[in-house]
Formats: sequence, structure tokens, C-alpha cells
Amino acid sequence: MADEDAQREALLDAIENVAARLATEKSHLTELDSAIGDADHGANMDRGFAAVVEEVEGVDDASVAEITKTVGVTLVSTVGGASGPLYGGSIMSASGELEEGITAETAVAFAEAYLEKVQDRGDAQVGAKTMVDALTPAVHTFKKSIEQDDLDPLEALAKAVDAAERGARFTTPIRAKKGRASYLGWRSVGHRDPGATSTLFILETLLATAEDHLDGGVERDAVAPTTPDETPDTDGDRVDGEGTDAEGG
Amino acid sequence: MKKLINEPSAVVDEMLDGMVAAHPQQVRRLDGAEVLVRNAAPVEGKVGIVSGGGSGHEPTHAGYLGPGMLDGAAAGEMFTSPTADQLGEMIGACDGGEGVLCVVKNYEGDVMNFDTAAEMADMEGVEVVQVVVNDDVAVEDSLYTSGRRGVCGTIFVHKIAGAKAAQGAPLSAVATVAEKAIDRVGTMGMALTSCVTPEKGEPTFELGDDEIELGIGIHGEPGTERTDVMTADEVADHLTEAVLADLDLDAGAEVATIVNGMGGTPLSELYIVNRRVQEVLGEREIETHEAWVGDYMTSLDMCGCSVTVMELDEELKELLTSSVDTPALTVAE
Repeated sequence: MADEDAQREALLDAIENVAARLATEKSHLTELDSAIGDADHGANMDRGFAAVVEEVEGVDDASVAEITKTVGVTLVSTVGGASGPLYGGSIMSASGELEEGITAETAVAFAEAYLEKVQDRGDAQVGAKTMVDALTPAVHTFKKSIEQDDLDPLEALAKAVDAAERGARFTTPIRAKKGRASYLGWRSVGHRDPGATSTLFILETLLATAEDHLDGGVERDAVAPTTPDETPDTDGDRVDGEGTDAEGG
Repeated sequence: MKKLINEPSAVVDEMLDGMVAAHPQQVRRLDGAEVLVRNAAPVEGKVGIVSGGGSGHEPTHAGYLGPGMLDGAAAGEMFTSPTADQLGEMIGACDGGEGVLCVVKNYEGDVMNFDTAAEMADMEGVEVVQVVVNDDVAVEDSLYTSGRRGVCGTIFVHKIAGAKAAQGAPLSAVATVAEKAIDRVGTMGMALTSCVTPEKGEPTFELGDDEIELGIGIHGEPGTERTDVMTADEVADHLTEAVLADLDLDAGAEVATIVNGMGGTPLSELYIVNRRVQEVLGEREIETHEAWVGDYMTSLDMCGCSVTVMELDEELKELLTSSVDTPALTVAE
């Protein structure tokens, strides 16, 4: 029972932290979306997670699966656009994997179910310049780290965040084939995808929260959550407004 | 950037209340939803025609609620598709027992949320058919994109489907004629300025005084190409020829056209563009049966226009010109 309480507490903490992070990144995400989309991604995600925080307030006896489902349902009914069904609908569908609580195994199952639903709904594969570019390597890395490399969950999550970061960075130089950016054709090249970026922010926040709640003594290399602006920039793909202004507007 | 608003987050809610206050004889708001329906909805024995999408395109969509056109219009946040539960409420409120036709513009968010809403309605026993408008000829229709966008040609589809439903046709026949209209309509747009969304408060993209964007959609996203400024005639030539090349019309064809304003362009300039559009059609011996000019599907305060051409046959001609009575469009027979 104590374990269940601890998991619920960690989950609620994660929700609050994700909402806070997205509120902080609202303008940043909107800037990214201005360059190749319609400048609403930051506002939509912020609105959705603010509603989620209100919705789960005062939950004291719901299971982690029920709380996760509530997150999905709330996002579906508040975010709209493509992000509502992609984020919310997929969380909703995958929440069933957490019926037994959060373990390394159920976390992998949840991540895989979530990825499958996102790919299915969005009909997008890696390389189309969407959230799938960050999500796919993250989920695959997480699964491999747990199942093959036998890493502990915190270490596996850290590796997954690292993979998501590389995936999000990979969206900058490629041409969009899905989403509103695809209508720009070659003009979408040079801009980082907002959906891949918000996916990365959420994963970074989940990692930071997990570190607070699990054993913090796990050694990791250079994968601490940072905003992309602080991320070492190896191939010149700045993700802030400066780069996008030069190219897109 | 100055805007006549209160809170950015309250824009859609307050706009809808204002529309109802302006047209209380024609439209009402569904309780607790960002959805307007015509007062008579649901109309017993008639196929319901509904549409929806992000706000910021006024008078689309709620401006077209009324006899001969739409029964329901869902308003998402600015440039953001309505959520599936809102669309589901709208569909339920507009079913008069003969099913509901959803006219969807081809944007992933709209398509996904309408799909989910249709599944929900189906579980409630409401028959739903969707048609997806993809009239934007600026976007290549290939493996490399998500298909063409739905833009101002959607207004013609609303009018034609609405007229067919008003005649008492069954859902299958209404959907068939809507698809026929979709097959025959093309649009291309351009921008002189970016729009400014209430949340962002500054232009979505920067455009120099000597530049324009060609091939824009309706959400302030940059277009497919940026060029030096052109005269009105050059713009009209460019847009019209792109649409005609796509529709592949022969001399002797009959068409309807829309020269649509993006929200910030005066009617005088739209008429100048229309003058040239009609000249181009005339030079090709294409006859214009109806030429609509005005703000039909806008992009907030963007300056610019789009040109829509739809090829007509006798059925489409009759449906397009039949009577309609809505806040934004009135045709008396």
C-alpha cells in the first residue's frame, strides 16, 4: 500500500512538474511553431496541462492507471488540434498498461503502447519531422536499456532522454512530410519541430522527477535536463527565434 | 501589437457570445460548448450539415449557419481544431434523424478530431459521413506532404451540401454531391502581411515591405514561396493561372469564383483583383456564373487574398444559387 501511495505521489509530482515546465516553455514552443506552423503549440500544451493539474487535484485514492487515464482524457478535451489526440488520446490508450502500477516492465509496456498509438494516429514514421522523431528513439532506447542491458529504470530513462534529445535535434535539418510544416516543403528545413521539442521537454521533466523520487545515486553522463538553448550545439542548428527568423520570416 | 480584446484566452468564448447577441434570431450557443447551431437545429427529417475548425477564420464557420447551409459550427481555439468531445456534442445536436454530414478541412488536427467524434456519434446511433476538402493547389499532392489543405473552396462545399440537404436528399446523396464539389474546386492564396494571433501578440512571420508570400494557407503559416511585391493584376494572374492549371478547364467551361479577403485587405483591393480574375477567365473563354468577392474565410488580420474557382455542372449551378439565409451569406431566389 505504501508503495502504491509513493507511486501516486511521484506521478502527481511529475504531472505538476510537466505543467510547470510547459508553462515556462510556452513562448519557446510557440516561437518554434511560428517558423513552420501556426504559432499555437505552446499555448495549446500549456492550456492542456494546466487543466490536467486542476483535474487531478485532490486525488487521493485513484490508481496510477486511473490518474494517467485522466491526464489523457483531459488533454483530449482541452488541447484540440493534432496535439490533443496525439498526446491525450495516446496517453489514454496506453494507461491500461499501468494497471499493475509502475514497474520497469509496465513502464516499457506503457511507452511502447504510447508510441504505437502516436504513430498510428499520426500515420508518421521517423524522418517526417514530427514528435515521432524524438519519441521513437527514446522508447526503443528505454526498452533496450531495461530488457537487454539490464540497467536500472533511472539509468534507462536517462539514456532515453539522451536519445530523444538527439532525435529532436535531428528534426532541424530535415524536410517535413507530416503536420502543418509539410505544407512548407523545403522551407521547413532548418527549423526544429515543436512537437519533438515538447516531447523532449516532457521526458526531461519525467527524468528529473524520477530522480527526486527514486534513488538519486545513479551515475549518469551529461544528460541532465537543460533547455535546448543551453544544449551544446554541435552542428549549428540553433533552435531559438534567431535562427528561425533568418530562415522562415 | 494593438488588439481589441480582453484576455487572449477568452477571445473565442467572448466572440461566440457576441455572435449570438448579433444574430439571436438565427443562431444559438450549445450550453457549455464552444459550438453554435442554427436556432432550428436539429431539423427533423433533414440531414444535418456541420463544420468546424480553429477560430480566426470568421465569418467561417458560424457565419454560415442557417437554412440552406450549415446546422452546426464548432469553434476551436485560434487556429486550433476543436476537440473531439465538442465536435461530438455538435453532431448530436444537429441530427434530425437522417444523419449528419461533417465537412472537414484537410488538416491533421481537424481530421483526427472529426474521426474520433464520428466514432463517438456512431456509438450513439447517429449516422455520420465525413467529406474532406483539399482545394489548396499551392501544395503539391504527393508522398512528401500530408495532402492538400482545405481552404476557401470549403465555402462552396458548405453551400452545395447545405442546399442538397435542404431539398430533403438523403445523407448518401448529400455526401455524393459534396464530393463532386470537392473534386471540382481549387484555391490559391497569397499574403501581403502576416497575421497576429492573440496569444502570440506579434506577427507569425516577418515580411519585408517589398516582399509577399505566395501559396499560403489560412493559419498564418508562411507560404510555399516568397517573392518581390507584385501589382494586383500580377497577383491575380499568378493565382488564377495556378488554379486553372490544376483544374484543367477547357474553353466553354462554366465556373463560380471567390476572391476571398484574408481579413485585413479592403474590399476595394479585392474588387481590383476580381476584375483581373474575370479578365483571365474571359480570355480563356471560361464563363463565370457567380463571382463572390469579400471576406469568406479569413486569417485574422492578415492582408492578402485567395482565388477560388469551381467548375459547375447543372446540378452544382442550381445548388450554388439556391436560397440561403445566414448571418454572413444571403441569397434570395
